[in-house]
Amino acid sequence: MLILRTPELPSSEITPRELFEGRRRFLRDAGLVLAAGAFGGLASAPATAANARLAPLAASPLSTNEEKTSYKSVTTYNNYYEFGTDKGDPVDNAGRLVTRPWTVRVEGLVGKPRTFDIDELMKLAPLEERIYRMRCVEGWSMVIPWVGFPLSALLKQVEPLGSAKFVEFVTLYDPKVMSRLPVLDWPYTEGLRLDEALHPLTLLTLGLYGEVLPNQNGAPVRLVVPWKYGFKSAKSIVTIRLTEKQPATAWNKAARHEYGFYSNVNPQVDHPRWSQATERRIGEFRKRPTLMFNGYAEQVASLYQGMDLRANF
Amino acid sequence: MTTMLHAPTRTQLAGLKAALFLLCLVPAVRLVLGWQADTLGANPIETITRASGDWTLRFLLITLCVTPLRRLTGLNWLLRLRRMLGLFAYAYGCAHFMTYLWLDQFFDWMAIAHDILKRPFITVGFAALVLMTPLALTSNAFSIRKLGGRRWQALHRSVYGIAILGVVHFWWLVKADVREPMLYAFALAWLLIVRAWWREVERRRQLAASPPVPAFKGKVIRIVPADK
Repeated sequence: MLILRTPELPSSEITPRELFEGRRRFLRDAGLVLAAGAFGGLASAPATAANARLAPLAASPLSTNEEKTSYKSVTTYNNYYEFGTDKGDPVDNAGRLVTRPWTVRVEGLVGKPRTFDIDELMKLAPLEERIYRMRCVEGWSMVIPWVGFPLSALLKQVEPLGSAKFVEFVTLYDPKVMSRLPVLDWPYTEGLRLDEALHPLTLLTLGLYGEVLPNQNGAPVRLVVPWKYGFKSAKSIVTIRLTEKQPATAWNKAARHEYGFYSNVNPQVDHPRWSQATERRIGEFRKRPTLMFNGYAEQVASLYQGMDLRANF
Repeated sequence: MTTMLHAPTRTQLAGLKAALFLLCLVPAVRLVLGWQADTLGANPIETITRASGDWTLRFLLITLCVTPLRRLTGLNWLLRLRRMLGLFAYAYGCAHFMTYLWLDQFFDWMAIAHDILKRPFITVGFAALVLMTPLALTSNAFSIRKLGGRRWQALHRSVYGIAILGVVHFWWLVKADVREPMLYAFALAWLLIVRAWWREVERRRQLAASPPVPAFKGKVIRIVPADK
């Protein structure tokens, strides 16, 4: 019975991009996935070079089946202020970022603080494809097939202490390859409450569209928190610190009344300077209504039971 | 060559105006072609909004450059190009507003009214466009005759305030990187300071040139009671 069933291919394996990028590689990789699927899809291959395929990938029930934003848009329209503040700057400038060797230090209120090598991280848990909506605080959105595993898998390895209440993410700041202008207080830091960080939707992300992350998307490892505005999903992470006190976050420091610690997608709470009721999905003409918690209310609303989301914006 | 530069003939000036007209259309043509060829990036509506806004502000500043440039170079015919430049500023401003109404909001009048009333950067931008309208409508020889030179000039001095509103509109919309609006602010500040300075110099010159007030001879005639 099992053999007769068609293995489920992650959508990344049927993207037409492969067709023009190299038929031979496409056939090889598709074959690999077919083989892996037939053998249960448990093998996990480490990726070492940029654009390396990440296969096989388990599909996730948490994925949306909405139409994905094109690879080109996902990789050329970015907010990564360390590489410039125009949307086209990161793709032009992030090539200078060296993502190997790379380590991520996990420390703070944990039983077993540890430094993980990026190759170690790649194999820490089975890689999944998660197709998530991404809503930027500026009022546009995308649908992106990320690759990664739940952050909780990493946090469990270091055994958080009972006193840990928050998780702080520190990202790379290397003035040799990044902007020296004090646009934000570098290094860029972000934070989550521990229960948010342990939520199954919270993804430690290593790739997109079935490949390792392009530099402009936050290589080699970033966070994706799909029910929060995009800036909460810190890129190019170097330190993850468990803390008792709520950590300071870069945008909150830059404009306290505009970007709160929570920054959950909420169509009812406007940014002081613009409405958050609607958004433009990249590739679409008309705006569409923004959904509460970016459409993930069913999964995450319970985290904020009884909280005033207007005060805790 | 120098005569042409200092005193171009009617035909030369007409040719110059035609060339300038086409040049001013280039940004708009590029946006239209880019829209058709889908080369305006991942978010073409944002690209058009940004570009039309940028060019509105640039044409406003270029228009404000005419007077200082004429004074510095002595090329008086530059003044004959100013009306066209000002009208292009208004045209790009209208295109900017139409992009917002149509492409961005798709005539969602509730959202638009809400934006104009509640979002300070949109309020300021909208006010600037509204204030530009009477200037555009009176940018013709008939209006100058009808209003009289002095009143026409007083009306058109509101362009200084409009340019300030335009820069504020840009400044208030950026998230963190204010370098670009700062550049426009510096350019505008320079253009306004130059005018203020020249005005002051002119005032002093007139003061110095005016005949001295004749000294009173004899008794001072009080026109108000002395003990008040």
